[in-house]
Amino acid sequence: MAKPQRMRLNVNGGHFTVTVDPDMPLLYALRNDIGLNNPHFGCGLAQCGACTVHVNGKAIRSCVTPVGSVRGKKVVTLTGLGTPEKPHPVQTAFVEEQVPQCGYCINGWIMTAAEMLNKNPKLSDKQIRAGLKGLKCRCGTHFAILKAVKRAAKAMAS
Amino acid sequence: MTNMISPKDFEVSRRDLLKGAGALVVVMGAQPVVGSKKAAAKTRGAKAMGFGSKVKPKLIPDQLDSFIAIRADGKVTAFFGKMDMGQGLDVAISQIIAEELDVAFEKVTTLMSDTGTSVNQGGASGSFGVKWGGRTMRVIAAEARRVLVEEAAKRLGVKAARLEVNDGVVSVKGDMSKKVSYADILQGNYFNHKLTWNKKLGNRLYSHGKAKPKAVKDYRIVGKPFPRIDVAGKVFGTTDFVTDIKVPGMVHGRVIHPTRAGSKLKGYDASSIKHIKGVRVVQKKDFIAVVADNEWDAVQAARDLKVHWTGGGKKPFGRQEDLYDHIRNAPVIKQKNRFKGGDVDKALAGAAKVLAAEFEFPFQSHASMGPACAVVDAGANPVMLWTGSQKSHYTSYGVAKMLKMPKGSVRGIWVPGPGSYGRNDAGDAAMQAALLSKEVGKPVRVQGMRHEGTGWDPKAPASVHFCRGGLDAQGNVIAYEFISKAFDRQNVRSNESQPRDNLAGQALGAKLKPRKFFSEPENIYNIPDYRLGWKVIPPFLDRNSPLRTSHLRDPIGPQIQFASEQFHDELAEAAGMDPVAYRLKYLRTKRDRALITAVAEKAGWKPRVGPRKGQGGKNTVSGRGIAYARRSGSKVAVIAEVEVDTRSGQIWVRKFTVSHECGLIINPDGLTLTIQGNVVMALSRVIYEEVMFGPDEVTSIDWDTYPIAESPDTPEAVDVVLINRPDKPSMGAGEPSTRPVSGAIANAFYDATGVRMRTAPMTPARVKAALAKG
Repeated sequence: MAKPQRMRLNVNGGHFTVTVDPDMPLLYALRNDIGLNNPHFGCGLAQCGACTVHVNGKAIRSCVTPVGSVRGKKVVTLTGLGTPEKPHPVQTAFVEEQVPQCGYCINGWIMTAAEMLNKNPKLSDKQIRAGLKGLKCRCGTHFAILKAVKRAAKAMAS
Repeated sequence: MTNMISPKDFEVSRRDLLKGAGALVVVMGAQPVVGSKKAAAKTRGAKAMGFGSKVKPKLIPDQLDSFIAIRADGKVTAFFGKMDMGQGLDVAISQIIAEELDVAFEKVTTLMSDTGTSVNQGGASGSFGVKWGGRTMRVIAAEARRVLVEEAAKRLGVKAARLEVNDGVVSVKGDMSKKVSYADILQGNYFNHKLTWNKKLGNRLYSHGKAKPKAVKDYRIVGKPFPRIDVAGKVFGTTDFVTDIKVPGMVHGRVIHPTRAGSKLKGYDASSIKHIKGVRVVQKKDFIAVVADNEWDAVQAARDLKVHWTGGGKKPFGRQEDLYDHIRNAPVIKQKNRFKGGDVDKALAGAAKVLAAEFEFPFQSHASMGPACAVVDAGANPVMLWTGSQKSHYTSYGVAKMLKMPKGSVRGIWVPGPGSYGRNDAGDAAMQAALLSKEVGKPVRVQGMRHEGTGWDPKAPASVHFCRGGLDAQGNVIAYEFISKAFDRQNVRSNESQPRDNLAGQALGAKLKPRKFFSEPENIYNIPDYRLGWKVIPPFLDRNSPLRTSHLRDPIGPQIQFASEQFHDELAEAAGMDPVAYRLKYLRTKRDRALITAVAEKAGWKPRVGPRKGQGGKNTVSGRGIAYARRSGSKVAVIAEVEVDTRSGQIWVRKFTVSHECGLIINPDGLTLTIQGNVVMALSRVIYEEVMFGPDEVTSIDWDTYPIAESPDTPEAVDVVLINRPDKPSMGAGEPSTRPVSGAIANAFYDATGVRMRTAPMTPARVKAALAKG
């Protein structure tokens, strides 16, 4: 256990000063020190995606990312990705397709799909399936998820 | 959003609570809030007098106010003692209430499973949300309308029969100028109107008044699609889950489970966590946990604390590969042949052709998306519990018992949790938090780690199914026997109200009390001589076992249908019949057969006898299979179209076609999405899911060791045919479409390959081995 350090984090465009063990996973800093509940603890092993956030635009698993490693980088969580007033197209599509059931996993699918489509919205069915591999959904909403991601891809490509 | 909840929001004196008046509810904003102590004191002793009383009657099921409130602005709040985890039950209930009250759907909010505001209607259970919960809320809403219209009649000086209601405004038919609104009538006060209650709590609770609900032909809201209420909050990250509840002064608890099942706690080495400051170890008998102000400290302390366990060296679980032999050879503690007709043994003895087959299904885990979490403040008055349990009323009884307090002394608030598919680990977390909160004198939040969520949740029981069938010389099926031998389906009860039914209670010494129960297939095939039954065997351990069983979505459905629907396909082939034609011939009722016709038409089914084999390309073969099931009144047929990669053994279900009949449909969109979710979860269970274990422990402890379906498994299409029966009462839909999927996939696999899969799950490795064997 490393000694707590004072550090400044850039999250959703805001600056937060926290004093934490730099080896602590980013997830705990976001949830407990900054008060952002939208990334969830699912496995702590980077096996499910429920904790996904963007760091400098890249989707990463915050449950295995040391908080000290994101100093000076831009962290964006689901609430920073878009809002009901200014939604990301993936969020719009997930609402239109009424995707989440329990919704605990949905952060991971949206953040991963958003990064993937931000880079290239012109993806085939096969590429989308491959790009989302490794994410888990226990309620079985996969069919609605794929429909929504394709809907978002279409909107972003046009 | 951080959800800071002040205990003051829920303050109520224990005396009030014990009297049953504790849930004095003042409706403020969108949330019902229990009145302050001051307000409670002011109204204490005051009786709810007459219609429009300012004092809320006691929260008991014979009071209209226990179910419905009309607010001063005309909005309606329903208090529902069940919950929804993303299948849209709250929307359906709001539709039913809006319909009966004649108010706009948008005006109704259904609040669920807060024991401070709702009576115990059983929580989520048995797909009874609409079937029983909706039925109750419908007659109560109709009664609310009746008494409001009666009151309006008095005020307007006309007979009630001359009045109509439009969006909460009562007016004289043909003269809209003579009117009074629900809001004007009640002015934010209470109905104070008695209902007739059947004196039951839980699923069977039924209360009603004199009103007769609307005729279905007059429906304007029920039967129409309405979107879910909870979707946007989840998509934009503004919804608080139970994991997000923060209470002032709250500390974090982490429970440590034995490394070897059945072992006893000998002691622990406090110095092993001295590098983490401010951690307290709580030990009581075989229960051990750490508590810290900071969550990360608690996580590390639980990881690092050296705990000494003793005993448990008897290798209670044996070897995984011996599981089904263990079931076959274990003593039977109870058996039942629920359905029997004629003399099946005699018929089989005289049959021209006899078929026999055995099928095996493993233990499965709820494997909820996150390990369970609960927050308990044992020092509050009442004791506060925030839980993701789907039965918060029962959980609050369990917490009270754990704390040795009276049954009504705990307020349990359901908050969405990480998944909810029966009796998962949520109830265990609640009891652990209660125990810890009492010990440390602070509100405690408990959440497990992944290895606890998967490794230590209650499991769906493993089973072996024995099938025999006989045909006469003309190829008619004349005898059918289906006997399951299995672990009891509820080593721990699904309702969490007893310490013995949760891990903390068992660690303190409570012994399991298995229900000794399984199930049989529904008696849906018209075969003259039959016997459908089950035998159950003892649990491996009498307490604290990671292989204790309880309910997982559609308990026993996937297991039984994996066997029974495959066996009917075998009988069809032996009879020289197409599987669809077979079901049309043997299913008992016209209502059953309608599902088969609908699904076959939608899927463009082409009759075949036996497997076609070899359809498709060089390394991929395809096939389609059908299965059918009833589940407590609902009826579902599924056709699965699969592709099998013969090199890897990977099965992909390209397409599902589902026909579904559950009586009167409340919300077709919600129903379709529910079905589409169920079939994918069921696909995951039959293709991938198997709890692995060693002689001493469960070794399926994360997503690598307990894989489930992922994005590449998603079907290309899930076509759903909804058969609406407005002439029949609504049945459940939360689980039934889970049921026939295992059989449909296995039958499709057989069509593709000519190989019967008699053991689930049909993992790539197992499929590859089966194909090699031929």
